[in-house]
Amino acid sequence: MPTADPVVSAIAEKYRNNPTYVLQILRETQEALDWISPETVETVAAQLKIPRTRVQSVLQFYSFLYDKPRGRYRILFADNITDRMAGNIALFEHMLSRLKLKRGEVSSDGQVSVDLTSDTGMCDQGPAMLVNNRAIPRLTMRRIDEICALVKERVPLEEWPADYFRVEDNIRRRETLLTSIAPGVALDAAIARGRQGMLDEIKRSNVRGRGGAGFPMGTKWEGARNAPGAERYIVCNADEGEPGTFKDRVLLNSFSVRVLEGMAIAGYATGATKGFIYLRGEYKHLQAKLQREIDEMRASGRLGASIRGAPGFDFDIEIHMGAGGYICGEGTAMVESLEGKPGRPRVRPPSMVQVGYRGKPTVVDNVESLAHATEIAVEGGAHFAKRGTRFSTGTKLLSISGDCERPGVYEYQFGVTIGRVLEDCGAKAISAVQIGGASGVLLTPDDFSRRIAFEDVPTAGAFMVFGPDRDIFEVARNFAQFFAHESCGFCTPCRVGTTVQRNIMEKIAEGRGSRYEINELKRVVAFMQRTSHCGLGETAGNAVRDALSKFRPAFERRLRAKDFEPAIDLERALEPARRITGRDDAEAHLETES
Amino acid sequence: MAETTFTIDEMPIPFTPGQTILEAAKAAGIYIPHLCYHPELKAHGGCKMCTVLVNGRPQTACTQKAAAGQEVDVDTPELNAMRRTLVQMLFIEGNHFCPGCEKSGACQLQALGYEYEMLTPHFVELYPERKVDASHPDVLIEFNRCVLCELCVRASRDIDHKEVFGIAGRGRDAHLVVNSPTGKLGDSALAVTDRAVQVCPVGAIIVKRVGFAAAPIGERIYDKSPISAEVDVNESSEAR
Ligand SMILES: Cc1cc2nc3c(=O)[nH]c(=O)nc-3n(C[C@H](O)[C@H](O)[C@H](O)COP(=O)(O)O)c2cc1C
Ligand code: SF4
Ligand code: SF4
Ligand code: FES
Repeated sequence: MPTADPVVSAIAEKYRNNPTYVLQILRETQEALDWISPETVETVAAQLKIPRTRVQSVLQFYSFLYDKPRGRYRILFADNITDRMAGNIALFEHMLSRLKLKRGEVSSDGQVSVDLTSDTGMCDQGPAMLVNNRAIPRLTMRRIDEICALVKERVPLEEWPADYFRVEDNIRRRETLLTSIAPGVALDAAIARGRQGMLDEIKRSNVRGRGGAGFPMGTKWEGARNAPGAERYIVCNADEGEPGTFKDRVLLNSFSVRVLEGMAIAGYATGATKGFIYLRGEYKHLQAKLQREIDEMRASGRLGASIRGAPGFDFDIEIHMGAGGYICGEGTAMVESLEGKPGRPRVRPPSMVQVGYRGKPTVVDNVESLAHATEIAVEGGAHFAKRGTRFSTGTKLLSISGDCERPGVYEYQFGVTIGRVLEDCGAKAISAVQIGGASGVLLTPDDFSRRIAFEDVPTAGAFMVFGPDRDIFEVARNFAQFFAHESCGFCTPCRVGTTVQRNIMEKIAEGRGSRYEINELKRVVAFMQRTSHCGLGETAGNAVRDALSKFRPAFERRLRAKDFEPAIDLERALEPARRITGRDDAEAHLETES
Repeated sequence: MAETTFTIDEMPIPFTPGQTILEAAKAAGIYIPHLCYHPELKAHGGCKMCTVLVNGRPQTACTQKAAAGQEVDVDTPELNAMRRTLVQMLFIEGNHFCPGCEKSGACQLQALGYEYEMLTPHFVELYPERKVDASHPDVLIEFNRCVLCELCVRASRDIDHKEVFGIAGRGRDAHLVVNSPTGKLGDSALAVTDRAVQVCPVGAIIVKRVGFAAAPIGERIYDKSPISAEVDVNESSEAR
């Protein structure tokens, strides 16, 4: 194994020893050294001239960075509810037993570790895994056996069959956004309208953010444009961490002209000259391709100085890789992460359009929102606003997964009914749909006449379908585990509350719950919603709340017929005493109730 | 000059522009509970103890600026119940055995427990495994009692200019880390006279060889008056 110093210095030099890039530096160092040892932390800190605690705080925040020894193959199985429905746990356990491993442990030869991770944006082609951040979808028992063989033979990842890594778009329905556009067309249209004219068209279109909150994009752009100072930034939110969504992956893969030129148009209208794509670590497979396209744009005058010959239209784009952390999708946490810090949401006000990346006015927009800017540039805001509903203009991409015949990405005009969507994707018998991901809402057939729109059922696009045999308790439990894992830890109610919620769900799952736990869940959910610092904590109890109100029998079935059950399991609590005394006779056990 | 005011529990409160709700309340002699706030340091906003309703919406008083005409609710049964829940969560998150703690009677977490009538921890204890760091000649860190308020982090960085502390880890794994080659306090630049040592609101950062001798039971800060009587900064534990 190479020693840390030359490796770290080469990587750090590439980033001009700029501490803002510490996350990128750690990511790349890990790719070379497999993990980040205490010595590496020292080297990075010394090289960047920052306290080692700052390096540690970044290292220990992101799921895909390891501060304990890891091997050449770092395997993570996606563990969203849709992966579970597709049988990921059986595959995971099969792999563990084939490799004679325990979860999260490194093999005795130091080569491989296997663990679980949150949703990886492959719900339409799960079960999926990541090997050193490279996605492998559509897993089967056979594929697992093949991978185990490759690992045992120590075949380098680059030599694994390319077919393993093929990620499908699965586009099932198109309207206007999922159509190709020739490079430069949208940029020219924007330039023809002028900076103010372009901004006016965005406002006229009434386009609202597609990342979840639905904030009017024109208002945001105008706020940044009007903020004092010369330096401004555009951030393309490609973190797509919400369980059940994957539509940004498709836009980035096949419609990157729209996304990248949309960013440049945002720069043009707001006066920003620099843009970042914050690409989630799970989408590493898209990094090189996007980089090539950015380079190509620069070479052909679609990025850089005086874009398309327009004087003063200067804009460039840089890719910043995430490293595992749902919270980094939250706008202020994303900017913290871009600055090379743990992704913890900032205190607001001030808003990002006033004080964002490195204290400068910053626009954070979702991938899909930015892509729409190319449509608006070409056809104008009034035309754009003819699609969709009055309060939700344009089209929306939905990421559909779960119990349906045709999972994939669907484009609809806002206002489409849930029933129509279900029909189109071939969902036959349905007991529920989770819309908006783990933080969204659980809807039952009574709601299927409702519409996808900010004024009715708002969503960033995740649409997980559950058939009649699905146990909705398990859905809620999976989401409770997700939030406990993803809480950033900044504020008390979410840091502790998500764990309390998860522990109660586990207690019920073990058959040791009672009426008391049900009421306690309701209290904890309401408490987190009311007191948390950011949207993660505010919505962390939604799934449990909805499952409780709509699928109460799924909980009741598991309860002991008691009002209260102690937290401590006496029989289990005696185990250490039995171990210490070396006893296992009948007298050393409680009488089992029967 | 016309005085600008907002209201707290329907009482008019004057403020100067730029003041937070917490600062204005304090100046007016009204107590708003807080744990991660300290007058000498930049606000943090994470403990959520200072949550109040501003025109009906929950906001942290330590970060939210006062504005003319704002209607702020502070002392309501709903908010006080919420504060009790927060204190309970902080208790079960760490390992707090008050009778054996030198800070007992002078601890803000404990005092908040009394203030908000916390009779039980309510939630199931998480009993995390955390070690004690006694490597420093004069100062001890009892990580079991750390409530992650980051006061020491901010004081060491912004007042002592040493950056001895940091927070690492995500979610429930968040924990205090010490800036030294070994990670031990004894190998760090910390001195017992640092502001960072004094600002800890709980018994996590403890000066050695003082122990229970600081004040006998009955004479301790919160034996004499409850934490809610601490509205004048100069008389509070924060200034000690
Ligand atoms: C916990 C959390 C996670 C989020 N994740 C994402 C995400 O992955 N992608 C995204 O575009 N927005 C995400 N958001 C919303 C962003 O904070 C922000 O509203 C959005 O990026 C703004 O872009 P838009 O106006 O184009 O929607 C998240 C919000 C929260 C609270
Ligand atoms: S709500 Fe959760 S994710 Fe958001 S700041 Fe608080 S701890 Fe972090
Ligand atoms: S050691 Fe004390 S001051 Fe520092 S974060 Fe913990 S509780 Fe706060
Ligand atoms: S005192 Fe305001 S959040 Fe802690």
